[in-house]
Formats: sequence, structure tokens, C-alpha cells
Amino acid sequence: MNWQEIETLPRAGMESIQLLRLRKLVERVYNTVAPYRAKMEEAGVRPDDIKTLADLRRLPFTTKDDLRDNYPFGLFTVPMEEVVRVHASSGTTGKPTVVGYTAADISMWADVMARCLAMAGVTRKDMIHNAYGYGLFTGGLGAHYGAERLGATVIPVSGGNSKRQITIMRDFGSTVLLATPSYALNLADTMTDMGVSPADLQLRIGIHGAEPWSENMREEVEQKLGIRALDIYGLSEVIGPGVAMECPHTDQGMHILEDHFLPEIVDPDTFEPLPYGEAGELVFTTLTKEAFPIIRYRTKDISRLVAEPCGCGRTLVRMEKVTGRTDDMLIIRGVNVFPSQVEHVLMGIEGVEPHYQIEVSREGNLDTMTVLVEVSEEVFSDEIKGLEQLGKRIQTEIKDLLGVTCGVKLVEPRTIQRSEGKAQRVIDRRNI
Amino acid sequence: MRVEQIAVFLENRSGRLAEITAVLAENNINIRALSVADTADFGILRLIVDQVDRAKQALKEAGFTVGKTNVIAVEVPDRPGGLAEVLKIVEQAGLNVEYMYAFVNKSGENAVLIFRFDNMDSAIEALQNAGVVILTGAQVCSM
Repeated sequence: MNWQEIETLPRAGMESIQLLRLRKLVERVYNTVAPYRAKMEEAGVRPDDIKTLADLRRLPFTTKDDLRDNYPFGLFTVPMEEVVRVHASSGTTGKPTVVGYTAADISMWADVMARCLAMAGVTRKDMIHNAYGYGLFTGGLGAHYGAERLGATVIPVSGGNSKRQITIMRDFGSTVLLATPSYALNLADTMTDMGVSPADLQLRIGIHGAEPWSENMREEVEQKLGIRALDIYGLSEVIGPGVAMECPHTDQGMHILEDHFLPEIVDPDTFEPLPYGEAGELVFTTLTKEAFPIIRYRTKDISRLVAEPCGCGRTLVRMEKVTGRTDDMLIIRGVNVFPSQVEHVLMGIEGVEPHYQIEVSREGNLDTMTVLVEVSEEVFSDEIKGLEQLGKRIQTEIKDLLGVTCGVKLVEPRTIQRSEGKAQRVIDRRNI
Repeated sequence: MRVEQIAVFLENRSGRLAEITAVLAENNINIRALSVADTADFGILRLIVDQVDRAKQALKEAGFTVGKTNVIAVEVPDRPGGLAEVLKIVEQAGLNVEYMYAFVNKSGENAVLIFRFDNMDSAIEALQNAGVVILTGAQVCSM
């Protein structure tokens, strides 16, 4: 079956494929991954108990904590020599979340990403300008392999150096832009500074993800770059980019490639699965990954599943654009940031009080993060350079741990609100 | 030979300096010398007062971050070249001045400067050997 056939299967056909794959997955994971087996035994469920798709709910959830507890490779199902690639993304405190891929996984990833590009209207004739970051982040390489699998020409520019990116777009004739929505707007600003207008470029499609963005932002991107701007969704724990994609009928959300990634929506408090149409926490089970399959991974993204037929003819269920999170994770310039990571850094510096606040805003279409830290008597210095060194040290350690450069603002003691119960650590001024 | 100086952390908000001086006034504390070092983001107010511990206590109670440091009060001839001579001694001794500021009053015929050096002991020795007069804390507070 080719991918066009898969994407237009009647529900019953899709569901039988999913059930077959789910049963094989559970059997495999039960027999090869001790932590999963332990969780399943604790939940009183065995592979044979999975007889219908409804039995999915009997399986225990997986969370970021499970990944942290099994850092780095404890949840892999194959020996490391079968793993041809690892990627990492932010953890809630000091350690990142690590994911791995066999050669077959890399090939599957390239396929799902290529299908997403095709869904957006990209063809082999396109010149794909990939401004997602290349490195441990799954965005850059994930999009890259998908572009090559599709057969288009890919320019691996990665992020940064906006002026050079515009020059390349103009001189090479880039037709498709892959970038975070805020970076796309940043490129648009750079174009204006350089006196380059959309008419000078060949761009026609933009595929934007890795951070939340509103319909207003979409309009802005489309208008400023002269492109059709479409939403893509993914997360490294599931595979990377390529989990869901908007087709040009952008009214109801993104089609999930559910032959590989089985979605659920659960109540964020009770964890009961919810029917189509109801909003809750998005959960994914990977049906075909080898090295690092994941069962009922709680993404902490809030969304809803839409079953209405789509004008494009695809029967793949759609997920509504992610409207929020059930935790306090932030996305700053495409990077996942947990306030608890900032706390982790501050606690490691002698004399720094745990009273801090994070202010996030957007200046010129780029996210900025400022950490406010109270100056206690222990860290106070009578010399300017003493305090500047403190600020610099905090900034460097945050950059080392989080991968984000933030500003540090030293403030007087007791100016950061103390609160009963959960402290309001983050003030997000962005209007996303 | 050392004089106790109070340093106060100042966020870049209006009214902070006024509040500090108000607190000191309420507590009947007299400022002998002061200096503000500032960056774009914050400042440090350095004060020589007549009642160091009381000032520190009062400011802390009012919610400020306060530190105490030792500095040196040096008599400098009140004529052109007076300061240059003192600084020449400092330079020849290989000392670094972290910061300095001047006193409100004179000591007799001389001006008084507050210095913080990177190496306070060497500084005191070098200055005294060159015949420079260093005032004590008691002298400074009662000027």
C-alpha cells in the first residue's frame, strides 16, 4: 500500500492496521524493556490483554519522568550498536531527554516527514530552505531527511545569520521555508531592512512548528513573506517533526499520521480517555518505532481530535492547533524551557535565593527571556564588577543547561512576589 | 586604619535613593561621604556614616540589601597636584584602585579621599611609608 492509499483508508481499515501494530508493539516492549514490563505488571496488564483498540487504555502512561528515570538509554529496545542516531531535548531539571533511532526508524521518519511535506503541497521540484536548527534538536535533521526522501533540493541553512539566509533565498530561489513561526517573522523583518520584498523571492510555502502560534501570526507570516503558511507538529519523544501536518484546508487542524502515531485525548486531571471533539491532554503511542517506542506518552499539550471528513480527501484524524500546556513548560525561540531548570541553576550558586521570576516577551519577533534574581546579602558585592560577574555567571550556567541565552536582572530583596502554594514563576508577555 | 563603609544595592527604580536617605534621617544618622556607581541595570550606593551598625540595621529593616566593607580615608593636600602625588605613590607600589570618592568636609587644610584597593594591607603600608596621612575610623566619623 502506498502512502496515498493509507491516508485515504476508511476508518475500519486504519483501525485494523493500528490494532495489528499495537499488539506487536506491546508484545515486543513487554519482552525487551524491563521498566515497561514492570509498569505493565504493576498495572496488571499483559500483551494478550490487548484485543481491541479500546484496550489501549489499560496500558500505563509514560511521562518525561520515566525518561529521566531511565536516562540515557534505559528505555531502548535494541542494543546500542543497532542505534544509528540519538537526539536530545530539554528535561525538567538537569538532564536532557534522550531518544534513539535504528536505521529502519530513520527511514520511517524520513517517510512520515516526506508525507507531511507532500501534504503541504511540496514536490520534488521544490527548493527547500531548512532553517530549523541542526544538531541534537530533532527539527533540523528530521525535516532534512524528509526533504531528501521526497526528492526535493534541500538547503541545510539551519538557524541564525538572517541576512545570509535572505541572500541565499534570493540567489538560490528557495521555494519552501521550514522555520519556526517567530523566526519566519524575523526573516521578514530582515528582508525589510535589506530592501528585499516577497516579489524578489520565489517562496510559495512555509511549514512552521516547534512552538505555538496563532491565526493572527499565520496571517502576518503569509502577508509578509507572500507564502501559504502551514502548521506542523511533532515532538522528539514520539519521533521529531512529522507527527501531524496541516493540509491546505486549514480549518480544523493537522492530520495525524496515525498509521504510525496512535493518538488519544485524555482528561488532564483524571486521565480518562475522552471522545473525539473534547479537549484534553494529547497522548501518543508509537506503532512502528524500533529503538525507542513509546506507549501512551503524555505530551502535556492541550488539543482536541476532529473526526469530520476533510476536503483534501484524507481520512487521517486531525488534531486542533495546540492551545496550551498542562505544565509550565515554555518555548523560547523554539527551545523547550522549564522554569524548574532555571531554579536548578540558581540553587547551584551559593548564596542565591530561590526567589526568582522569569519574564518572557517578544521583541522584533524574537523571544526574549529575562531571569529576575534577588540580590541577597550573601551575594552582594560593593563592587560593580562583583555583581556583573554574578549576572554573567547565572547567564552562562543557564545557557549551558538550557541552551538559551537569557538576560539576567538583579533586583532588590523581597521584590519578587512570594505566594501561597505555587509561586508564579513566569510572566509571559507574548501575545501568541 | 580602616574605615567601615556601607554599600547598598540599588535597583534602577525611581525613589530608591530618596528612600535610603529618608531612612537614615529617621534614624538620626549623618552621611559623611557618598558615591553612587551605576550600570544600565542597577547601582551601588557607598556611604560613610557616623553610626555604621545602626545605619546597616535600619536599612536592612527597611528591606535593602546592605554590605559592610573596609576602605581607607587618605588626607590629600588641597591644591593642584595633591591627588596626583598620592596616586603616583599608589601606582609605584603596583596597587590597583577599585574605586575612590571624595569626602564632604576637609580635615584641617586637607581634602579627604576614600579609597578601596585590591590589596588593602599593601596599600596601607605603601602610603604610610611615603608619609601619606591615613585617618582612622573614629577621626573620619567625627569630622
